[in-house]
Amino acid sequence: MGRFRKPAEGTWTEHYPELGTGPISFEDSVSPEFYELERDAIFRRAWLYAGRAEQLPRNGSYFTVNLPGLRTSVIVTRDKEGQVRAFHNVCRHRGNKLLWEGTPRDAISGNARQFVCKYHGWRYGLDGACTYIHQENEFFGLRKDAIGLAPIHCDTWAGFIFVNLSAVPDQTLRDYLGTMVGALEGYPFDRMTERYSFRAENNSNWKVFIDAFQEYYHVPPLHTHQLGPTPEAQNPEYEFEAAHYQLDGPHRMVSTSGTHKHTWPAEHLYPAEALTRSGSTGPWEAPDVGGPLPGVNPSGIKRWGIDNFQVFPNLEILIYERNWYVTYRYWPTSHNTHVFEGDLYFVPARNARERLAHEYAALTFKEYGLQDCGTLDGTQMGLEQGAFTEFPLNDQEILVRHFHKTVGAWVDAYVREWERGSTP
Amino acid sequence: MTDALLPAEFADLEPWAATWCLPTEPQRWERRLNTSMEEMRAFYDAFFPRAEEAIIWCDRFPLDDMPADAERLLQLLHSLLMVSYAVEVWKQPEVINGGSARIDRILEPRP
Ligand code: FES
Ligand SMILES: [Fe+2]
Repeated sequence: MGRFRKPAEGTWTEHYPELGTGPISFEDSVSPEFYELERDAIFRRAWLYAGRAEQLPRNGSYFTVNLPGLRTSVIVTRDKEGQVRAFHNVCRHRGNKLLWEGTPRDAISGNARQFVCKYHGWRYGLDGACTYIHQENEFFGLRKDAIGLAPIHCDTWAGFIFVNLSAVPDQTLRDYLGTMVGALEGYPFDRMTERYSFRAENNSNWKVFIDAFQEYYHVPPLHTHQLGPTPEAQNPEYEFEAAHYQLDGPHRMVSTSGTHKHTWPAEHLYPAEALTRSGSTGPWEAPDVGGPLPGVNPSGIKRWGIDNFQVFPNLEILIYERNWYVTYRYWPTSHNTHVFEGDLYFVPARNARERLAHEYAALTFKEYGLQDCGTLDGTQMGLEQGAFTEFPLNDQEILVRHFHKTVGAWVDAYVREWERGSTP
Repeated sequence: MTDALLPAEFADLEPWAATWCLPTEPQRWERRLNTSMEEMRAFYDAFFPRAEEAIIWCDRFPLDDMPADAERLLQLLHSLLMVSYAVEVWKQPEVINGGSARIDRILEPRP
């Protein structure tokens, strides 16, 4: 008998009968051919999270995003009228990468009235229009007012700026996000502007890594120390159960009930947790962000802890009961490597004590995240060994099942269109 | 003492200041991985009992306008938290089961 009531069907997985309950293949995570297909079938079609609106504080603010596996760099900017726009970060003249500092591989941000190419000095307005061609009359029938940067579809939802690399997106961003994720609109993300950013290059398929962040079944055995300092707390056989799972189109979410460490006796805490009043689930003091908070805890769990929204394909939004949030992004760079980006957002600290609470939460994220990164290299190796071709998944791993099914469906749809000749 | 790094009230922590007053997480992380457990335990044992007092001291100033010595005391507190994971949790400088992974902090608030 579990701790939480399951749907009438008896399990979360059977509540969504299209998922099945049989073992699944992870061939999609070891095959170089599948990786090539995924790039076009998913990453060149889906809405991709590029950055937060707060990264563009003024008209003229811009940042670049590098999508390494897609061989694409994007300029995201707020133009003179305040409109957010995205362009390929490529000069119209001879294809030089337009904006970079340090090395062309590095992403940058800043403020500009115009974009100037380092190579031959062509210039562009924030709306992408070409405004200056050096020695224009040496060219042949070329007029600057007829050319410009290549635009990329771009839209903002709840302060999250998304781009879409397809010629014509199948759906608007709102329609794409659906009702479950869309319900978060109005959550005070814009109050949580103190940001810690992390980056890792991992030796695993992007989906293998996401899988570890969409189930909590692994937490007691792998992150035993996270449970607490005492031998009783560090019980790898502790049975973790999430309170609620929900699917909506390609997206999925899980809500956990909270550990609410601020109610624990001191002997079950690490001394630094008690000192900073912070830890795995964040600072114990929740800043006032107004309320009610739309979209969170959709099933109304009494001791709600975390909402984990998996926005297809590669964005995770974690919303904590203590009023802070985290985003993860996973960018595939080959069939067995990816770049991981994690951002933690807090209501800005008003004093050193609050800063230290944020710092300890940020440390905790990295310490246990390293266990995931380190272990998943081993998962990738294990999968590539080919000793097994199918793997059992339990009810607490329902999101893993849904994710691989969704990826497969998008790739199948793309292949079918391609065979029919309807994909260019 | 004119070359003191910390507020006079925390003069007993001066021996640790030159090593552990580090403004960024990447610096504190590298320092942890390159310091022996004996040394980190000594720093932790000396500072932890005074940490609450140090926080109260730092809280007297706005974060964006701290005197240099108070800001260094806050850096020392950041290092104490960094070291606490080695001392309290892993009992070694590295994360247990971290393999060869690295996660780089590329942006953070200051101080
Ligand atoms: S490539 Fe940019 S000006 Fe020539
Ligand atoms: Fe994990």
